[in-house]
Amino acid sequence: MLLEIENLTKSYPSSDGPVPVLRGVDLSLDVGQTLALTGESGSGKSTLLHLVGGLDHADSGSIRIAGQEVTTLDDQGRAALRRHEVGVVFQQFNLIPSLDVAANIAFQARLSAQADPTRIEDLARALGLTDHLRKYPEALSGGQQQRVAIARTLAARPRLVLADEPTGNLDEATAGEVLTQMLDLVAETGAALMVVTHSAGVAARMGRRVHLSGGHLA
Amino acid sequence: MSVRALVLALCLLPCAALAQGFAGLGTDADGFAVPQPNPRFDFPADHGPHPDYRIEWWYLTANLTGPDGAIYGVQWTLFRSALAPHSEEGWGDPQIWFAHAAVTTPEDHFVAERLARGGIGQAGVTVQPFAAWIDDWQMAGARFDQMRLTASGPAFRYDLALSAQGPLVFHGEGGYSVKSAKGQASYYYSQPFFAVDGVLSLPQGDVPVTGAAWLDREWSSQPLAEDQTGWDWFSLSFEAGTKLMGFRLRQEDGSHFTSATWIEPDGVTTAFPDGAFQATPLEQTQVAGRTVPIRWRVELPEKGVDVTVGAVNPQSWMDVSLPYWEGPVLITGSHRGRGYLEMTGYE
Amino acid sequence: MTGAALAALWSHWARNPLQLFTLIAGLALATALWSGVQAINAEARASYDAAAATLGEGRFDQLLPRVGETIPQERYIALRRAGWQVSPVLEGRLATPDGSIRLLGLDPMTSPGGLSPVALGGEDMDLVSFLSDGIIFADAVTAAQIASVVDLEVIVDPSVAPGLALTDIGVAQRLLDRGGVLTRLILAQVQPKGLVPLTELAPDLMRRVAQEGSDLGRLTDSFHLNLTAFGFLSFAVGIFIVHGAIGLAFEQRRTMVRTLRALGLPLRRLVWLMVAELAVFALLAGTLGVVLGYLIAAMLLPDVAATLRGLYGADVAGSIRLRPGWWLSGYAIALGGTAMAAAGALWQIARMPLLASARPRAWVMARGAGAARSGALAAGLLLGAGALALWGSGMVMGFALLACLLTGAALALPLLLRIVLGICQARARGVVAHWFWADTRQQLPGMSLALMALLLAIAANIGVSTMVSSFRLTFVGFLDQRLAPELFVGVEDAREAAALEAFLEGRAREVLPVLSVETRMAGLPADLYGARIGMTYRENWRFLASDGPVWDRVAAGEAVIVNEQLARRSGLWVGGELAVAPDVILPVIGIVADYGNPIGQAVISEALFQRLFPDIIATRFGLRTDDADRLRTALTSEFGMSEAVMIDQKDIKAFSLEVFERTFTVTGALNVLTLAVAGFAILMSLLTLAAIRLPQLAPVWALGLTRATLGRLELLRAVVLALLTAVLALPLGLALAWVLLTIVNVEAFGWRLPMYLFPLDYARLGLFALMAAVMAALWPARRLARTAPGELLKVFANER
Repeated sequence: MLLEIENLTKSYPSSDGPVPVLRGVDLSLDVGQTLALTGESGSGKSTLLHLVGGLDHADSGSIRIAGQEVTTLDDQGRAALRRHEVGVVFQQFNLIPSLDVAANIAFQARLSAQADPTRIEDLARALGLTDHLRKYPEALSGGQQQRVAIARTLAARPRLVLADEPTGNLDEATAGEVLTQMLDLVAETGAALMVVTHSAGVAARMGRRVHLSGGHLA
Repeated sequence: MSVRALVLALCLLPCAALAQGFAGLGTDADGFAVPQPNPRFDFPADHGPHPDYRIEWWYLTANLTGPDGAIYGVQWTLFRSALAPHSEEGWGDPQIWFAHAAVTTPEDHFVAERLARGGIGQAGVTVQPFAAWIDDWQMAGARFDQMRLTASGPAFRYDLALSAQGPLVFHGEGGYSVKSAKGQASYYYSQPFFAVDGVLSLPQGDVPVTGAAWLDREWSSQPLAEDQTGWDWFSLSFEAGTKLMGFRLRQEDGSHFTSATWIEPDGVTTAFPDGAFQATPLEQTQVAGRTVPIRWRVELPEKGVDVTVGAVNPQSWMDVSLPYWEGPVLITGSHRGRGYLEMTGYE
Repeated sequence: MTGAALAALWSHWARNPLQLFTLIAGLALATALWSGVQAINAEARASYDAAAATLGEGRFDQLLPRVGETIPQERYIALRRAGWQVSPVLEGRLATPDGSIRLLGLDPMTSPGGLSPVALGGEDMDLVSFLSDGIIFADAVTAAQIASVVDLEVIVDPSVAPGLALTDIGVAQRLLDRGGVLTRLILAQVQPKGLVPLTELAPDLMRRVAQEGSDLGRLTDSFHLNLTAFGFLSFAVGIFIVHGAIGLAFEQRRTMVRTLRALGLPLRRLVWLMVAELAVFALLAGTLGVVLGYLIAAMLLPDVAATLRGLYGADVAGSIRLRPGWWLSGYAIALGGTAMAAAGALWQIARMPLLASARPRAWVMARGAGAARSGALAAGLLLGAGALALWGSGMVMGFALLACLLTGAALALPLLLRIVLGICQARARGVVAHWFWADTRQQLPGMSLALMALLLAIAANIGVSTMVSSFRLTFVGFLDQRLAPELFVGVEDAREAAALEAFLEGRAREVLPVLSVETRMAGLPADLYGARIGMTYRENWRFLASDGPVWDRVAAGEAVIVNEQLARRSGLWVGGELAVAPDVILPVIGIVADYGNPIGQAVISEALFQRLFPDIIATRFGLRTDDADRLRTALTSEFGMSEAVMIDQKDIKAFSLEVFERTFTVTGALNVLTLAVAGFAILMSLLTLAAIRLPQLAPVWALGLTRATLGRLELLRAVVLALLTAVLALPLGLALAWVLLTIVNVEAFGWRLPMYLFPLDYARLGLFALMAAVMAALWPARRLARTAPGELLKVFANER
């Protein structure tokens, strides 16, 4: 099993004491699988994704990626995890504004020492970015920015791709196109994909759908 | 007179006195003797200093003429001011001396000032033989009516022989001169009959001169009333040989206190009380940044005097520690003649 | 309406206290440095003047006893009665339990104008008490010492030189138990007509001539000028901070401005409200700044005072008083600086169409847009500076040149850094390095004002230390040259001079008469010197320019040496010809540096001098000896010379050298202060940027860099920027020094200082600059390293 989550809990501090967001979540995902994680706003679906990506700390429970326990990792370990094992696509602000498109795409791959110019070229071509490689993020449309983020994630060949509303800021047509490209490319690399979304359309295109409500998965 | 007291006092008490107006001067006579009516003078002793009075001067003004008829004015004044009513040898002497000397021509006005401490010999007055001096400035002679007068400044010096042609004259009531309605007074006598002969050394060269001089002697301890702001003083010598001393003390409310002495050629005097003598400014001019009257109408109706008195040099400004106006004047009108005018308190 | 608008405007500051703090603190610091330096200058000058006035040294001729130590008081009276305007002085030492102090008795009635304690003319002091009760003036320390032994009123007067007590001459005679005697007489500058000469009246007294335009006095002027320039540069550094803070605040308030205008607030009123708001801030900051400046000055002043004390051999008061002038100039500079910094922002607000997009543009990015314009302006200014250096003349031009140079360089800085960072980025190997350079480059617009401030601070420091150090090197050489004789002695007349020369035969290694005459050469007033050419001249004199065997030809009466002032003013150089007397025209063979002398000088041989001016005899002699003390003793005990007419050069040299050590202390302290201000600018920029930075850093973090790494890189970034700035500041600082030494100094004082380089000093300054940058970046970097992941994640989420 690529991803195994057991009894995961997380709460946020507030002025009225801790507010529990995840109250014991169990989930697993294997290589090549796609999963849609849905739920109301504030249900904790993004939080779950962040915990899996080593971006935030859980209160208790366990997350194992390829057998490695994530929750006990220190900052260094988490950073290594983000470099090597996971790729994350956020809804916005994915890109490094000071680098051009080509450098952005290559960034994570180079960080994890997996840079392969041919693959980057292929990805850029597949995502229709070839003409934009020398541009800076601020010059790109929202759809183009998200495509760059996807290319960057896949260029690093992560085993687990996490996407948080990857098409949430895009219009419907563009969203469909970007989603298709992402699914195709993920399938091609054999990675697992976990998508947080509130869109039924997006969820319908995933292999599995789980719904987060009241801190539990259903 | 009071003007001069003021000059001195303000020299010594630069700000305290200003802050209090002239009150300190007029009323603070603690420990000092105060002039009393019906004085009895004792000469030659009274030509010398009176250290138990606050203030005293030997004040000479001269109207002179050069060989070419050019007119000159000369001033020589020695002031004594006491910090305490006694004197002693050495630096501890509380007597302060200072002097002003000036030469005035229609174009120029040369001024010099000297300051000295008493008790060390730098300045003083002795009576027998008579000598009044500060540094190299001196008015001295075997007798009071035969003297030699010298002074020098960076741009001038003079050396004049004085020879009295008449008696001493006493102002007010036999030398007791009242200065305000409140009774402030001084001892005041003059020798207005000096004939002068000597040399002025000016930047353009030496000039032999002759003419007449008027010496005032005055001492007091409280010369000014509190409400008096300044002083216009005239010593006028008419061509007929008669002379007039008159002064006008300006008071805060705009009124004046006046006093005058009419002097016959033989020295017989008539004293006039407040109001008889009148002086009215006719023309003013800017002098050293102040407005100062330089032409006056002077009246003494009892003696038929109604004259215009005009400055020989309107810029006769005494630029000394506490400045004032002092210079020769020409007289026209009912009487003709020459004289001296002193004005102070013009701000 | 106004109240509501004010409340709205104020709300911005209430919500952004850091910006308000930056604005006020920046302005206050700028004002503080300016007024601090001004204060030091003013106080040093005032103290020097007061001290010089109290002692009467320098300004007035003095009469001293030819034999013995005292003058009988009768002698004084005799001179006064002869018309001479002299004033008595009694000077002696008064023993106290804490060591002896110098007691100086004066006569305020006769002392020349201004020659009495400063407080004596004051409002709360009256001469009557001074004369009758006996009052003593002294500085606080000395006053306490005296109070323990003398039962008189002691008034603390900081303008009195340390270790000195002033009182009435009569009191002094009593306290020193020396009734009836004086130690010297001061001659008034103006004397009456036709006096009998002093030589006839008082043959037992010797006249010591006033040291007009004291040589060393000129050097202080130069020192003060440097400090003024330094103060101005410091202020410029501060203004960059203010400019940044105001720019940011206005940028962020664009929305509010639009809203207020849309709600009906007239534009004019709005602009005036903002002007008023800034004026209030400026006054507030100005007040803080003046007080701070006062503290800085008070902290540094002991050194400045010591500096001047060294210079003049005594007497500068070591305390400082807040003068009204500082307040005025402090406020003026604070208001002026704010106006300068805000003018652009206000202009934009005034011009902004009501319906323009009010979206606050990202401030950092917006700055980038003006880069091209700044570049063009920078190029123009630098070209202007070059043109002024080539063709300009005059003091004002010198300062205009400085202004063009510094402004141009500051404006060019972002552009240059951008280019350098671009090159680094292109050559970077690793992905992190690549990103680091790219990101640093992106930070540039936001940091540029702070970096400009740093650039100016470093350049100013380099410039001023180069100048001061060059000054010292040159001056030490000059002292060795000019003060080579171990002993200087003076005599009265030709007979005594001849006797002295005979006496010194075999006792001194060399006797160098000081023969000089005031004359006109090349149409300028100048001094002509006759030199007895020997080893001293040959070994010690260094020429700025010379041709051939200088001394041989001068000794042969075939050539003349001129000083730099004369050479520059008359346009003469080696090879030119100078008429030293109406019919004696000699070729100029050497140009000699002459620091601290206002007028021209020319040197010919003693023989030629005596032929041209047979009436002039030397009354001062420089003596070369291996044992100055023994020669001194011989001169006093065997020749009967008074100690008062001998000057030991050792002391003068030591004093002068000490001056420069002190100068270093002051400049060093000011170095640290300006760099601290620049560091503050960096800190404020980084804190301002921190919020804007998160979206730039979050993706990098998400992709696998730890927060700790990001923090370290942030620190490194500050260091790199500071380092690059320091490197660029070096040429600018040297250019600044060059302008100060070769243009401003020549215009101001007539001589050009050779410029020396001090690489170690520059390295030290660079290190200081880096330290300032590190200190400034430490806190923001630490804050970044500790940012909660949640904060970073918000960047990506909808909730942001």
